[in-house]
Amino acid sequence: MAEPLDDYIDAVTKALALPVEEAWRSSIRANLEVSLRLGRLVDEFALPDETEPAPVYTV
Amino acid sequence: MTTKPEMTASEIASAVAGRKMSALDATEAALARIKQHDTILNAFTDITADRARAKARAIDADIAAGKTVGPLAGVPFAVKNLFDVAGLATRAGSKINRDRAPASRDATLIERMEAAGAVLVGALNMGEYAYDFTGENVHDGPSRNPHDTTRMSGGSSGGSGSAVGGALVPIALGSDTNGSIRVPSSFCGIFGLKPTYGRLSRARSFPFVASLDHLGPFARSATDLALAYDAMQGSDADDAACTTRGLEPTTPLLANPVSDLRIAIAGGYFQTNLFPEAVEAVGRVAKALGATRVVDVPEAARARAAAYVITTTEGASLHLDRLRKRPNDFDPAVRDRLIAGAMVPAPLVDRAQKFRRWYRAQLAEMFKSVDVLLAPATPCTAPKLGQVNFNLDGVELPVRANIGIHTQPISFIGLPVVAVPVPLEPLPIGVQIIAAPWREDIALRVAYALEKMGVVAVPSPRGF
Repeated sequence: MAEPLDDYIDAVTKALALPVEEAWRSSIRANLEVSLRLGRLVDEFALPDETEPAPVYTV
Repeated sequence: MTTKPEMTASEIASAVAGRKMSALDATEAALARIKQHDTILNAFTDITADRARAKARAIDADIAAGKTVGPLAGVPFAVKNLFDVAGLATRAGSKINRDRAPASRDATLIERMEAAGAVLVGALNMGEYAYDFTGENVHDGPSRNPHDTTRMSGGSSGGSGSAVGGALVPIALGSDTNGSIRVPSSFCGIFGLKPTYGRLSRARSFPFVASLDHLGPFARSATDLALAYDAMQGSDADDAACTTRGLEPTTPLLANPVSDLRIAIAGGYFQTNLFPEAVEAVGRVAKALGATRVVDVPEAARARAAAYVITTTEGASLHLDRLRKRPNDFDPAVRDRLIAGAMVPAPLVDRAQKFRRWYRAQLAEMFKSVDVLLAPATPCTAPKLGQVNFNLDGVELPVRANIGIHTQPISFIGLPVVAVPVPLEPLPIGVQIIAAPWREDIALRVAYALEKMGVVAVPSPRGF
């Protein structure tokens, strides 16, 4: 039975020309589920529109 | 003077500069220990014996000619194999990178260590492309814990932890994106410094996550850690993120008292998901420092989540072409994580970077009333090699993804940290000494004070 993320994985695989084999799918799906769950945790946090990314400390 | 396996770098440098030992003798002793013990520890992937002997002879010649030598004269050291070493392909723990042309020039930090008189003896095992907390590697085999060789060294700088913890070399260099210096330090019972983001040059090292990558030293004493760190400071136009601040030597400040420092224990998130040994270690360090104040680090769980998202997506971006062309040459576990990272929607990454700004501001505010924050380095002592799950606060969780849960929220905003070894039985475990940006001197000072008190110490290796 197809998993909820399978169509999405198929679409991105095609869009990025990634050679995903069927045997890797469940592991990729499991990793993507963790990333999306943690991404949602970040997404839920309200930030002001003016917030800038902060990659580097300045002196 | 004969060499002893556990001589510190400062002891070796002093003996060499004082003509009590030659740099060549110190180098030969390290090469002999590597030959004797690395078949078990598997810390090294390359041994640069000819280069090391030539460098050692040059130092001895300088001393014989009456020239001044550097503060690390004759000190053997080794580097994680993501540092460029002239003449070697920079494998970064991978199979794929072995096909690269040999590096034409050393990494900046190797050049600076050698300018201070240190002698490079080899390159060290690591988790593939640094996406690892275990020290295991499917291509080269695992680097092993020097206190129990059936256990993990920690990753991804596993060979660095194993080599220094096993007293094969007194100093090693590694990288830390989410905890890859602090985790091996904890498991192998040694000192490790992850400096402020941007403090030490990453030029000519193989990257992982540009937003989060740091390089730093491992050592068997706080003094050696400071010596190596001081030798490597300085701006570098070859690393876009490297600071232009002037040199800020820490060695002269090490013995300053710590009684004036405002030291607090990280609460909330940092007091959960811990085995009893991690609680015991933080408790011992806090008691020795007289720290009783507990401060909550706001939104640390979300910070860890954001670090995770940035890591998996930037890592995927870095390796996208290799994933297309050579997917079967990756460790399958690393490959599948990277492919999944390529599928994370871009807005989540942007929000993670913006959350980083917010979180950084919160901690900057906190550091107005705190000089040092204490936190566990790992949830537990070194797990068994190959161990898949552990039980944290009653929940069965994968080991690999959760070893770094207490380090990720700190490196996420680039704070300087010294991991100090608490010599519990039967295995050591680390505690993070965290300071405000650019205050490595404070974290090193506290590490030195704890070492003098006998609360933190590097155990003798006993696993081999």
